[in-house]
Amino acid sequence: MGEQRITLNVNGRDYDISIEPDMVLADVLREKLDLTGTKVSCREGECGACTILMDGKACLSCLTLAVQAQGKKIVTIEGLAEKGQLHPIQKAFINHGAIQCGYCTPGMIMSAKALLDENPNPTPDEVKTALSGNLCRCTGYVKIVDAVMAAADDMKRGENK
Amino acid sequence: MSAMFKLVGKPAPRHDAWAKAKGDQLYSDDFTMPGMLYGKALRSKYPAAIIKSIDTSKAKALPGVHAVLTAKDVPMNVEISKFGQMKDVGGGFEGLYKVLADGKVRFKGEAIALVAAETEELAEEACRLIEVDYEVQPGVFDPEEALKPGAYIVSSDEGENESNLIMESHINKGDVEKAFAEADVIVENEYRVPPVDHAYLETEGGVAWVDDNGVITMRVGTQVLEHYRTIAKVMGLPQNKVRNMSVPMGGGFGGKEDITVETFLCLLANATKRPVKMVWSREESLEVHSKRHPEILRYKTAATKDGKITAQKVEIIMDGGGYKLLTGWVQMYSTVNAPGCYNIPNVKVDSYSALTNNTPSSANRGFGCCQANFASELQMDELAAKLGMSPLEIRLKNCLRNGDEICTGFIPQGHIALEEIAKKAWEGLEATGPKPDYVDGKKIGRGLAIGMMSYGRLTFMHDSSRVGLRIELDGSVTLRAGVPDLGGGQASVLCQIVAEELGIPMEKVHPYIMDTHLTPLCGTTTATRQLYMSGNAALVTVKVLKERIIKKAAEMLDAKPEEVQLINEKACLINNPLKSVPFVQVVGALSNDGVELFHEGQFNAPFTDVPNLHDMKGRIWPDFTYSAHAVEVAVDEETGKFEVRKVVLCYDVGKAINKNSCEGQLEGGCVYNQGYVTENMGWENGITKARSFAEYLIPTAVDAPEIETIMVESGGGLGPYGAKGVGEPADNSIAPAIVNAIYDAVGVRLKEMPVTPEKLLKAIQEKNK
Ligand code: FES
Ligand code: FES
Repeated sequence: MGEQRITLNVNGRDYDISIEPDMVLADVLREKLDLTGTKVSCREGECGACTILMDGKACLSCLTLAVQAQGKKIVTIEGLAEKGQLHPIQKAFINHGAIQCGYCTPGMIMSAKALLDENPNPTPDEVKTALSGNLCRCTGYVKIVDAVMAAADDMKRGENK
Repeated sequence: MSAMFKLVGKPAPRHDAWAKAKGDQLYSDDFTMPGMLYGKALRSKYPAAIIKSIDTSKAKALPGVHAVLTAKDVPMNVEISKFGQMKDVGGGFEGLYKVLADGKVRFKGEAIALVAAETEELAEEACRLIEVDYEVQPGVFDPEEALKPGAYIVSSDEGENESNLIMESHINKGDVEKAFAEADVIVENEYRVPPVDHAYLETEGGVAWVDDNGVITMRVGTQVLEHYRTIAKVMGLPQNKVRNMSVPMGGGFGGKEDITVETFLCLLANATKRPVKMVWSREESLEVHSKRHPEILRYKTAATKDGKITAQKVEIIMDGGGYKLLTGWVQMYSTVNAPGCYNIPNVKVDSYSALTNNTPSSANRGFGCCQANFASELQMDELAAKLGMSPLEIRLKNCLRNGDEICTGFIPQGHIALEEIAKKAWEGLEATGPKPDYVDGKKIGRGLAIGMMSYGRLTFMHDSSRVGLRIELDGSVTLRAGVPDLGGGQASVLCQIVAEELGIPMEKVHPYIMDTHLTPLCGTTTATRQLYMSGNAALVTVKVLKERIIKKAAEMLDAKPEEVQLINEKACLINNPLKSVPFVQVVGALSNDGVELFHEGQFNAPFTDVPNLHDMKGRIWPDFTYSAHAVEVAVDEETGKFEVRKVVLCYDVGKAINKNSCEGQLEGGCVYNQGYVTENMGWENGITKARSFAEYLIPTAVDAPEIETIMVESGGGLGPYGAKGVGEPADNSIAPAIVNAIYDAVGVRLKEMPVTPEKLLKAIQEKNK
């Protein structure tokens, strides 16, 4: 199959790469850009482990062709920290024990980020609904929901400073 | 005492939390190597067949294919794998399996051939080009059918080719027949529990290569590093020529306890002399790796009018699937836990396991115990209903207390908190308010179940663990431990213990884990044993170094060793903390004196002999962890759908060394086995219908209930600081509590899981007829 050259903007940086046209974004991120923080667990849109942000919206990178991501702003888990400072959601996941095996964590954090960017004041039920496409087999979700609620508080306080 | 802990008991973030939050943690699928090939397994289309011939010539001729292997290329194809234990247990316990099928295919998806090729697509293409000539066999898919004379025989191998029986085991205590003759009430029921997939988010995978010293090296996600020994045997190599450098797992739950990709990878890497990667697809993982044992459990219980149980008779039939794997071990758990966590004078248990042509059964969090717990806890409520007693009353009347013996006659040494935790869980749920009849048109019900499950392995396996420590000259510490970390914080807690004892911050202890050439062997991350075994090993080890440090510090402070403590990176006098010397200075002084600043220590569990399986007696495990779940459900009487609204769970954890980790295990286990009630593999004549997460539905954030976690810390465990293990006991009594709550809501008790809306609706309609 013929390779195709595309430009992807990932975590604020442009990458010129050549790919097979049928490659999904998850594989391009992991294999071509070595951004292995994005996980693949089911390849069919059922688990959320591959969630990234595309133009600010949560997006399943296992179902998205890389060519469709051209011209969009892609953010992965590796791009969340700013100037070496972890994002409040990352900090909250660490401090609340919301991470066990960690395989769901990148996708969870990206879904949580999409939620909080849109709704800075969610109720726990809204958090659960927003994360319902992200499976976690380890935690029972309790500490994940706690972490997202705490991050929401933290982000509000940060803004009011 | 507890007031003096600096780190133990605190909710400390684990050492690996930062890397995981940043996406930096590497898992089995995150490595690539120069010249790496991709491995694939060709899997059987049928659950039962005779392989007449295999033609690999077309696959081998495909450009880009570097190896095609079948059973005849495996130096030792029939393998008895040990699971990390140092002792040959014998007696049919070790897990028998074949690396690649030959002769007979024993389950659908069994690997028949292996391919290594330059791309994944090429490897798949090569698999399609392999021609297998099958003679399809009728097979047998029901364990009871499999045990009947004249049944289809699953195996063609010596020792297994006369009957499908894997093992039988029996317990006889007192005189059950006499007790039944004298009973006021007798309750008799049959329960059925289904297979369960571990559904870890990370499927099985890894990379293997031959290093420049000719050592076959692998990086895989495994719960058992010690499988390198079995792999060496399969390859016909000495054990020191196989190295397992494992990586943290994206979940294990028992599913990475048996060998998964390891032998395939090593065979392919050895054949091609190139690095090879293999990662199973979700579909492959759902279909081929081992599942929780499906079981049929028949209970007959005798009791007095006032609810004292006088006899329990249980028959268990276990479906082992196509290979034995860990069935023998799992059977011990089902058998001994069959009577439940109760003090019953007369007990008879007869259990049988059978080979069938289903996907093999093996370890799954709960390991035979949660099957028995499900049945015995439904049986308790059946008895309570018959006697007009409450679920709490009947349990308090019969539960084990300190000094009581279990059905094998063994008296547990650890504290038994069943009475306290059963009350706390139930009262905790009641404290959330009186039970409403209906909420949003759905009928509300509340249920209770309690349980016990061991931590630490079967004592006849003679379990041990080792941890190594080295104090660096700047006062930091390197901890080396072959502890597979599956996400429970197995490695981090060891650092916490060492930091606590040396009086240094946790960040100063760096763990190097999971490398069989370099780390002391800790044994398996299974059987809820790491905190108990390796935690104690860490304690044994650090205490040796601590003694050296305190002795030197005492010299430097002009005091007696017993007057000195280590705290805040100092050695100081207990009675005069201002008189101190920095930790790092003591280390320097020891180094100048030529005193060893390293140590490797070992902890041994209690050892016993293999029990007589016809009359099991005595100690089977080191100790137990006790659980209670009180649950509120809402049932839609029109559709048969139900939701779990609230759970109050209470455990005696002994000592919560890392509060967050401990709670996280209890919450995670609760939701894991909430799934036991509804998850559906959809097995039909050896075929798995649930082949994706769209069909195998595990609980999501929306399904998970509101959970209140109550931890009792009795200090009465055998782990470090009196801790008990919680990883597997965490999922023990939730499923029966849910089913009992459904009964409370709508008056029907489904005795067979999964509880599907169709089954529940049918039962509700029948009852209302
Ligand atoms: S891998 Fe994309 S949703 Fe599962
Ligand atoms: S932490 Fe393991 S899947 Fe979520």
